[in-house]
Amino acid sequence: MNSTSENNAFSVSIKASRLAFGDTVLFEQVEFELPAGEWTCLLGPSGVGKTTLLRLIAGLVPDAENIEVSCSDGQKLSGRAAYMAQQDLLMPWLSVLDNVMLGARLRAEQADKTRALDLLARVGLVENAGDLPAKLSGGMRQRAALARTLMEDRPVVLMDEPFSALDAITRIRLQDMAAELLKDRTVLLVTHDPLEALRLGDRIHVLSGRPVKLDEPLTPLGSTPRDLHDPEVLKGQADLLERLAAADQEVAA
Amino acid sequence: MKILRPLIIFIALIALWQIIVAVTGAPHYILPSPGRVFTALGERSDTLLGHGWITLSEIILGLILGTLLGSISALTMGYFRPARQWLMPVFVVSQAIPVFALAPILVLWLGYGMVSKVAMATLIIYFPVTAAFFDGLRRTEPGHLDLAQTMNASRWATLKHIRIPAALPSFASGLRVATAVAPIGAIVGEWVGSSEGLGFLMLHANGRMQIDVMFAALFVLAIIAVALYYAVDAGLKRLLFWLPETKTNET
Repeated sequence: MNSTSENNAFSVSIKASRLAFGDTVLFEQVEFELPAGEWTCLLGPSGVGKTTLLRLIAGLVPDAENIEVSCSDGQKLSGRAAYMAQQDLLMPWLSVLDNVMLGARLRAEQADKTRALDLLARVGLVENAGDLPAKLSGGMRQRAALARTLMEDRPVVLMDEPFSALDAITRIRLQDMAAELLKDRTVLLVTHDPLEALRLGDRIHVLSGRPVKLDEPLTPLGSTPRDLHDPEVLKGQADLLERLAAADQEVAA
Repeated sequence: MKILRPLIIFIALIALWQIIVAVTGAPHYILPSPGRVFTALGERSDTLLGHGWITLSEIILGLILGTLLGSISALTMGYFRPARQWLMPVFVVSQAIPVFALAPILVLWLGYGMVSKVAMATLIIYFPVTAAFFDGLRRTEPGHLDLAQTMNASRWATLKHIRIPAALPSFASGLRVATAVAPIGAIVGEWVGSSEGLGFLMLHANGRMQIDVMFAALFVLAIIAVALYYAVDAGLKRLLFWLPETKTNET
């Protein structure tokens, strides 16, 4: 791969001040960092404000004043982060290949078809390049979305529960695939699944409470994707589930 | 069965018509029997086809113009926010005016020829197309817009590559409605003032108590309307090739 991004990786630091919906304060003074070339996971129960935070970082909230995103190389993050959501967001009228090359089409650039086909081969979809998304299964569609994310070749990748709509086995396979293909990128993964965070994360922040507090990150050992049988992973999962349950009660209270 | 069923329905309706004529003993100048109408169809086929062609041209020209103008309006409102704020109230109010009430005025302004009928049909087609297409443009999947934004797409590129294709199914339902109502515009226009077209022929025959010719004209009009609808429907299905096959024929 002629990836330029891996050579000039930069870290991103995020400072979010107050964000409220009506009377509910989602978060106040949340600060964390995405170290260069590492996977940072934000783990929290549903409704805690994870997606909002990710959208703020991605610059998808217009006129957002309550967030400061700075990169260690002094440039802006906007335009340098790829985005992968829970839905595959494939355009139903474009073939799988054209979906992978969507970015070039939107920027009126010449798409690198060879590279797109190579990426489709890496996610095991080269046979389906000409198919419409409707012909694919959920797992295949999310793999196509992964290929599209890789096609953008951005140094930073923001992922919002990208595997949560998949069945357990497909989810594990896609986690492995994503971990391998996005190994040296700076990744922010938002998830509610402790196992996912423990398998993929270099650093795991647990989001809890209202307004959200960010705990000191956990830093599981070993290289990702971590094995499902790893006792550390299993124990970590039990611990995290307990913490999330406690956090959930706080939110509900 | 797909071809057989409409045929059976058609024959059954004709039979029902014949039975009603026989049972009620309605005089032929009130309700002509199917036989008389088909005879009229045969004897007057040149006249019917000539006038039918005029009406069909009016409808097709109206469809083209109405769809074009409707699409331009919807795109303008979808793309420029100020345009939406200024045009939307005008659009809503104008939609409240019954187009038929405008027919005499259109004939006054545009004359007895084809132009006033095309204008009528255009107006009647314009509203459903604009409303449906604009609605579709407004309701793009937010996730798709997010994705486009992270891909640094310009507003124009997002409209062209995402919002317009995503709005096509809505546009298609608007155009289907428009196609179904388009003949009304042309016929009403012809009733108000004209010297050609099926609407004119019907009034003309009515004045001479040629009720069988009236019915024959109605029959031709129905065939035009149905054929047009299926042609547009087939074209739209081709345009929307990615949508799952729907059984519109069975609804």
